[in-house]
Amino acid sequence: MALLEITDLSVAFDTQEGVVNAVNGVTLALDRGRTLGIVGESGSGKSQIAFSVMGLLAKNGRATGSVRFDGREILNARPAVINPIRAQKIAMVFQDPMTSLNPYMRISDQMAEVLVHHKGIGKSEAVAEAVRMLDAVKIPDAAGRIRLYPHEFSGGMRQRVMIAMSLLCRPDLLIADEPTTALDVTVQAQIMTLLGELQRDFGMATVLITHDLGVIAGFCEEVLVLYGGQVMETSPTDPLFESPAHPYTRGLLAAIPRVDQEGEELDAIPGSPPNMTRAPKGCPFAPRCAFAGEDCLDHLAPLSEFSPGRFRACNRSLEEIA
Amino acid sequence: MSQPLLSVEDLRVTFELHRAGDLPWTRPRLLRAVSGVSFELFPGETLGIVGESGSGKSTLARALVQMVPATGRAVWQDGADLIALSRRAMLRYRADIQMVFQDPLASLDPRMTVGQIIAEPLRTHFRDLSETERKSRVKAMMDRVGLLPNQINRYPHEFSGGQAQRIGIARALVVQPKLLICDEPVSALDVSIQAQVINLLSELQRDLGLAMIFIAHDLSVVKHISDRVMVLYLGRTMELAESRALYGDPQHPYTQALLSAVPIPDPAAERAKVVIPLEGDLPSPMNPPSGCVFRTRCARAEDVCAERRPELTRAAHGVACHFPGPVAASAGRVPA
Repeated sequence: MALLEITDLSVAFDTQEGVVNAVNGVTLALDRGRTLGIVGESGSGKSQIAFSVMGLLAKNGRATGSVRFDGREILNARPAVINPIRAQKIAMVFQDPMTSLNPYMRISDQMAEVLVHHKGIGKSEAVAEAVRMLDAVKIPDAAGRIRLYPHEFSGGMRQRVMIAMSLLCRPDLLIADEPTTALDVTVQAQIMTLLGELQRDFGMATVLITHDLGVIAGFCEEVLVLYGGQVMETSPTDPLFESPAHPYTRGLLAAIPRVDQEGEELDAIPGSPPNMTRAPKGCPFAPRCAFAGEDCLDHLAPLSEFSPGRFRACNRSLEEIA
Repeated sequence: MSQPLLSVEDLRVTFELHRAGDLPWTRPRLLRAVSGVSFELFPGETLGIVGESGSGKSTLARALVQMVPATGRAVWQDGADLIALSRRAMLRYRADIQMVFQDPLASLDPRMTVGQIIAEPLRTHFRDLSETERKSRVKAMMDRVGLLPNQINRYPHEFSGGQAQRIGIARALVVQPKLLICDEPVSALDVSIQAQVINLLSELQRDLGLAMIFIAHDLSVVKHISDRVMVLYLGRTMELAESRALYGDPQHPYTQALLSAVPIPDPAAERAKVVIPLEGDLPSPMNPPSGCVFRTRCARAEDVCAERRPELTRAAHGVACHFPGPVAASAGRVPA
């Protein structure tokens, strides 16, 4: 049984401009100890998937479908059901470490609070464990610096604190939502190396949400490509980069300049991302797709397996887009 | 090569910081955002400037158009020193030097239509232009950057980020500048839109013979668009070379670390890559290290690095380091 099983998840928001269909029928499964990357542009719904799993959707959001964690349904679960799972079984790291830490609390208090609340251990024992965890994320002089406030740390160090805090209860699943987007490239490299080591040491399953295919290439075993709230393609990492099977994935890879290659003109994807207030009908990528026909505006073929472990949702066959 | 369009010599920008509660006569603390940067820019050339946050790359660009006070010299091709000009005299050069900013929506006036936004620089710099002539230049420029004629009366909020950046580019280019300074022009855009704007910028630059200073933290984007690249760290130039040489054969340990950290969208290349770790955090620009500013995080640093600041060598491939050299040479080196 998969650790996390999401079936036909949809998320809609009631807004003044109408209903925003952020996620439209996403299905995915993640086994224990595996790493999955969810890649998509802004508005593709990647963060809303994470928020649905964690029960953190905004008040005007409605999620339908099913999210099963360890066999148990947790989508829209009551606090009594979801609270023991959050932090203890599933932890989350957010993009901006400054706004996710409480600026008024010492790191020691914030971290100890997690253990006191969820594990019911004493404060001093909790602080000792927090220091051990800060050591694990390679914060120098952890015992001294745990007394500091968040603003006394640099951006990279704050993200290390966030990661340490999320791992305190030894979760089975870690969801990292753009964990390095706010950081400089050398700091990003440090944090991604650290996450990789921790993932191996603790053996937790990890969902990495990002817009950066380079970060995915270095970290994930599997990739899910999201566009307009729908899954375009999902595949083990290597074959996805070698032979992307969806016009959107291909377009994305061709549009990125690469530091290890000589630059020629980039193959830009024409047009703009979809307006999510439209009805979720047809393929969201159709207006920008070179291979789209009339049928694509009307309906989209369901995700189907075209080679072992690889799925694509496209009305055109692989030969047609070759 | 021809005469440089712009020669920058020993450019410095120092901010005076007063702490809350300081008395009026308390000596302010000094933050040296840019210290002693020199370079030449030739007509039609693109100079990329890379560096991490706090390296001074945006401040450097702003100093060139007197948006922040600076010292040193920035000599335009006609001999005028842009740093020393009076505000009134500077106005004349503002038409020749235009800027495109990072956040496309924040840099457009929300209460002006697209037509008004693009026409405004013409009203400032070409006052005697007739209304019809102005309109036709605006329309021609909108067409050039891929905006539709019927969008002329729309407001910025009706546009996506990529479209808004096209408006910003049109506004900058409508006065036919010789130099375009782009400060992180694509970092707020989605990947699929980034490529559109990068292609547009390089096409315009080629067709109009523009010189460009392209500032970005994304090393792949800078490599793609630049002829030469300058690497900044704590307000100082670490390395300055032709793009191919800098990326293919970096000599400065900081450039090498920076390049090794860039994620590559290719799993095999990512696995094969060796990331050169940078220890510790960026030192405070209020209290930079003595000698070489990079020495506190450098695996090659020796005593001399703390004593003497390495000058940027005056070669085609300039490097400011006491122990420059390729990565392999440094790998076996035992730090003293």
